[in-house]
Amino acid sequence: MENNVVIRVCMGPAGIAAGGRDVLERFREALASAGLDASVKEHCSSHQVGCLGLCARDVLVEVHTDGQKHTYQYVKPDMVERIVTEHIAGGKPVSEWLVDDSFDAFYEKQVKVVLSHCGVLDPEDIDDYIASGGYEAIGRILKKCLPEMVIDEIKASGLRGRGGAGFPTGLKWELAREAAGDRKYMICNADEGDPGAFMDRAVIEGNPHAVIEGMMIGAFSIGASKGYVYIRAEYPLAVERLKLAIAQARKKGLLGKAILGTKFSFDIEIKLGAGAFVCGEETALIASIEGERGMPRSKPPFPVNRGLWQCPTVINNVETLANIPYIMRKGASWFASYGTEKSRGTKVFALTGKIRNTGLIEVPMGITLREILYDIGGGTESGKEIKAVQTGGPSGGCIPASMFDLHVDYESLAKVGSIVGSGGMIVLDEDDCMVNMARYFIQFTQAESCGKCVPCRVGTKRVLEILDRITQGRGRPDDIAKLERLCKGIKSTSLCGLGQTAPNPVLSTLKYFREEYEAHIIDKKCPARVCKALLTYWILEETCTGCGACRRACPAEAISGEKKKPHRIDPEKCIRCGMCYEVCKFSSVERE
Amino acid sequence: MVQITIDGKKIDVPEGITILEAARRNGIYIPTLCFHPRLTYFGGCRLCIVEVKGFLRPVTACTTTVNKDMEVNTSTAELEELRKLILELILSDHPHDCMLCEKAGACTLQELAYTYGVDGFQFAGERRRYSKRDGNPFIERDLEKCILCGRCVKVCREIQGVEAIDFGYRGFKAKICTNFEEDLDCEFCGQCVQVCPTGALTGKLWARKGRQMSLREVETVCPYCGTGCNITVHVNRNEIAKVTAREDSWNEGWLCVKGRFGYRFANSPERLTVPLIRKVPRGEGAPEKVEDLFREATWEEALDLVASRLLEIKEAHGPDSIAGLSSARCTNEENYLFQKFIRAVVGTNNVDHCARL
Ligand SMILES: Cc1cc2nc3c(=O)[nH]c(=O)nc-3n(C[C@H](O)[C@H](O)[C@H](O)COP(=O)(O)O)c2cc1C
Ligand code: SF4
Ligand code: SF4
Repeated sequence: MENNVVIRVCMGPAGIAAGGRDVLERFREALASAGLDASVKEHCSSHQVGCLGLCARDVLVEVHTDGQKHTYQYVKPDMVERIVTEHIAGGKPVSEWLVDDSFDAFYEKQVKVVLSHCGVLDPEDIDDYIASGGYEAIGRILKKCLPEMVIDEIKASGLRGRGGAGFPTGLKWELAREAAGDRKYMICNADEGDPGAFMDRAVIEGNPHAVIEGMMIGAFSIGASKGYVYIRAEYPLAVERLKLAIAQARKKGLLGKAILGTKFSFDIEIKLGAGAFVCGEETALIASIEGERGMPRSKPPFPVNRGLWQCPTVINNVETLANIPYIMRKGASWFASYGTEKSRGTKVFALTGKIRNTGLIEVPMGITLREILYDIGGGTESGKEIKAVQTGGPSGGCIPASMFDLHVDYESLAKVGSIVGSGGMIVLDEDDCMVNMARYFIQFTQAESCGKCVPCRVGTKRVLEILDRITQGRGRPDDIAKLERLCKGIKSTSLCGLGQTAPNPVLSTLKYFREEYEAHIIDKKCPARVCKALLTYWILEETCTGCGACRRACPAEAISGEKKKPHRIDPEKCIRCGMCYEVCKFSSVERE
Repeated sequence: MVQITIDGKKIDVPEGITILEAARRNGIYIPTLCFHPRLTYFGGCRLCIVEVKGFLRPVTACTTTVNKDMEVNTSTAELEELRKLILELILSDHPHDCMLCEKAGACTLQELAYTYGVDGFQFAGERRRYSKRDGNPFIERDLEKCILCGRCVKVCREIQGVEAIDFGYRGFKAKICTNFEEDLDCEFCGQCVQVCPTGALTGKLWARKGRQMSLREVETVCPYCGTGCNITVHVNRNEIAKVTAREDSWNEGWLCVKGRFGYRFANSPERLTVPLIRKVPRGEGAPEKVEDLFREATWEEALDLVASRLLEIKEAHGPDSIAGLSSARCTNEENYLFQKFIRAVVGTNNVDHCARL
């Protein structure tokens, strides 16, 4: 029977963090105890769904009544009762809790393919996925298609890997299909180690069956009967949902021997990663599954020829795989109608940083950065200017505001020294110091370097040391030249992608924000007022009322002055914590 | 065979070999640190980078196999600058105490630093410091000098099959570790010492006994067992300073703990140099000092004594009252003679060999 009341509570990572479970529980209780209207109760279903996208406003709840949808934002458990009595029972939505127009703008320019069912389906129920057309594609393929036909379709779709490098997926499958060997493997890379990225997590938590179906189609195409999902242990919910999904699929005969009565056998094993960023690199990932330390090795040979246990192996990213069932269901030309000539389809990005609408978005390739940042992201919360955006996480580069009309696709971003990468997008405004940002990323890659090769292990350490001293006011005149020499060397001599891309944040900020480096080194000033060691605090005598608030707040006893007389900061004692700046009610504390 | 071009020179090489092998076979020099011909490739030091036409970035010669018509450049201004940078980085995290280092004069890193004229002070910064000394009796592990080339890890696994060490930690802190970073507790074959290109791994017994310049090399055969490994005895003022093995010997440079570290008997004051004959019988009241127990004798006298005693026993109790047990330290020929002696001269089949125990 069709439900005419459906309640959808966002249970993505941010939704759960904001209290989604309690909200869901409250709905169940309130609906049960409301019991006033038997038909409402009967036709009501409340279930958990994956990420709805706009994490900044969690917990998001959609209430569908008689074909009408209302979305509530910032829902807390104690709001549930009123929603149930006034809206569901009373038929009058609680207008002050509903989302406003800007909420719709967030979705307007988005195109949902991978995420089309995230936030709609119950990820813990395989029947929900099947009812939406899930496993239809693999069923049809097994009965009617040759592997080559599937590969041709994927090639025609123009899908490229979403894990970072953008390698054409159909071609990868073809190479593995043609590689000699009777044992082959299909691996899903769900290691997602970039700071600030949570696309793959959202996909697995929101629609795990799409990933499984994608793996099945891939395995059938290349001739694999065993698959692995390499997923980081820090994603317990994703692991749990994936395990459940695999178990449900096995029960339905979708995984295991002689699937759907055909000759195709395939099963999936989950391997937990221990949280090393480098284990997302495909050869390190293979080593890790084999029980070795996750250290990359030189390519060639490529995994498609010699991968796991020396057998031909395809490694695909979660998002890449989640696209597959939709392409096979709706056709290559449908998929290829989105995006640009060389970058087809859509891409999921995680918008974070100084942006009003932080969250998960899916956009057609080729959209401009400006559209993402302003139309979807809604600009900054503070109203300050966006200065730059860092795409591709620690492996990517910084793109300045002057280039925001750039189209987001593999080639365009590479041309300006960044990458699409796995899809992290960190938005920076005038309060962000570019030198410090570069330092943050290098600190990350240095700590995550596997230590195998010299340029990455020692080179990034030296880059970090130079950036450390620049941000601490000890920069030397030749530091920029040293950084450039080091970064170029690390880029061209490192063994794996980690080292080869690690200098990107430094090189791109040196290119577009060189004056910030110079300000730190020559003038000993941090233009964004972030680098503590470069700040000076002083009190404006004219406006200081001598209230003493700053004197009491200063943890270093650096402020002196008599009551009702202008106070003074002793620069020798000042530790630049900024407490005085925060507490002064008369804006009399200045800093630079 | 495929034809490739290295530095403008057309050469024919077997299919499937690496660029590095192709270059070495044709007398073209490419610097390396982590490469070792008897171990699987690693590709960590990045010194053997070469330019291959059609590739965007330099590739490592030690890991890249040749292809038909491949065009390789092993030395361009850019490559040499990158190699210099890599060496500078290695040396920026190195103790710079060559004057005290056991390995001076035989150290690949030192030699490369010399060739490229780099000191590593350009990027002076933090250096790894380890204060704990490994308490094992044989192998000095001075990991501040380690360049993480991975040779020791691989030799231990691939040649010796022991896996006593592996990489630990990440980033700048990466380190070759024993299990739980306890003192090394392994077979002490010293294969790792043999392959270490720097002074990170040396013999504890070698300390201050002499370095490359003061050593005279004597090629000989290990006296410990019938395997007969070739060894090089390094002699300083008529004293053994260390024992190594040459990689072009039939044992390929590999030795066991006895051959590599068990050489101190040679210069031991307690070593027997003449036969001794017992003066006082075993048992209660026997003196403790060796001089009071034994007297020196000539070989003739000693052998006569042994022969006459064996004859007495055989006559009194029959040949089967005698048994011969020979030693793995003897050669094949010596062992053959020994069993012949026991069987044909003594007249018993009671003969065996310690390696069977
Ligand atoms: C340091 C490093 C980390 C990586 N981490 C990931 C990751 O977390 N997830 C991922 O899918 N790919 C990651 N990759 C890319 C993979 O090596 C590989 O290219 C990708 O999984 C291939 O899948 P695709 O063709 O579907 O993109 C990483 C690469 C590098 C160099
Ligand atoms: S580039 Fe870095 S992470 Fe990659 S192999 Fe070298 S040391 Fe390891
Ligand atoms: S100890 Fe020697 S052989 Fe082992 S990794 Fe370090 S430098 Fe290489």
